[in-house]
Amino acid sequence: MAETLVLVALGIALLAGMLATVQLVRGPDAATRAVALDAITLITLPMMVGLALVVGRSIYIDVALVYAILSFLGVVAFARYLDRGI
Amino acid sequence: MSDTPIKAPVAVLFVFNWILLWVLWVLMVGTLASQELAVGGFVAAIGAVFAVKVAEDGPPLMGGTLLSPRRALGLALYVPYLIWQIVLSNLDVARRVVSPSLPIAPGIVRIKTTLKSPLGRMVLANSITLTPGTLTLDVDGDELCIHWIDAQTGDIEAATKAIVGGFEKRLEVIFG
Amino acid sequence: METFTAVLGVAGGVIAVIGALFLFLGALGIYRMPDVYNRLHAGTKATTLGNILTLVGFGLTHPEWLPKIALVVLFVILTNPLSSHALARAAIRSGVRPVAGTTSDEDCALTGGQKP
Repeated sequence: MAETLVLVALGIALLAGMLATVQLVRGPDAATRAVALDAITLITLPMMVGLALVVGRSIYIDVALVYAILSFLGVVAFARYLDRGI
Repeated sequence: MSDTPIKAPVAVLFVFNWILLWVLWVLMVGTLASQELAVGGFVAAIGAVFAVKVAEDGPPLMGGTLLSPRRALGLALYVPYLIWQIVLSNLDVARRVVSPSLPIAPGIVRIKTTLKSPLGRMVLANSITLTPGTLTLDVDGDELCIHWIDAQTGDIEAATKAIVGGFEKRLEVIFG
Repeated sequence: METFTAVLGVAGGVIAVIGALFLFLGALGIYRMPDVYNRLHAGTKATTLGNILTLVGFGLTHPEWLPKIALVVLFVILTNPLSSHALARAAIRSGVRPVAGTTSDEDCALTGGQKP
């Protein structure tokens, strides 16, 4: 039962990620694309933890943690670039 | 509790950072084995030395003593309030997104905060951003520019009351 | 004990599904909203609650991993407002205009990269 629900949640999250990706491609300006990218990271994060549950390896949670840190830095760097160029 | 921000003593900062980093280490390794604890304590001490160096070079963040019962109580009351606000306004934004007519009335408003300490202002700005419906665009001294998804008013005082009224009086207790 | 873990697992699954629905609403908000600032509202913040709920739900199905998942949740709560604030500030300073009909305060709006 719990496993099924986890799979359902992963499926919905996957749909959300696909919708955000559509916006990433469609977005009229760079700032919109950055927003979409940020949302994609936030959606991918729980998906990684869900993957760790499904395959039963806790090491993937560490991957999610590092991914969270790196994507935060990436978004901030992108914002800096938008602000004044590198 | 003084008005002018002063720096906490180095020793207090060190112990504070040390404990914080050690707890972080234990959470990451996920065991309570004695070797892990020992290595963690050592590494956390090194990290705390660098963290204290950064704090020494930076500006003072808040007034008064670092830890007081009043502050701890204020923080303990603030966290549930923030979580409740996050839930409420998430439901609000979700309602806006799913309704077919997309009922938004965006506006950019300016508000004035009475908080004096830089750390308090940062927490206020982040709290505003965390609750959907309001988004901090820019902070300039005691004035914040906020994008409001449902702008009811352009007046500074009315907007201040509507957006930060609840946060401000709780943060006043913590960061004073 | 056995039934308790099972009940906890199902409750965690339900919470995770609700959280995933919030994630989807966030993505839908990004798709539907008219300009970058409104997208930020829906996108990076409606997803915060979705993120927290999904992670906590997953954690409940595997209670022994809960501390590490709590660390991820804490990190998301701390960094998410920072990154969306950075994006919003960069957008307004680089002169991205809000959608037509946005009321705005003259001192704040569209300083367009002039502020130091």
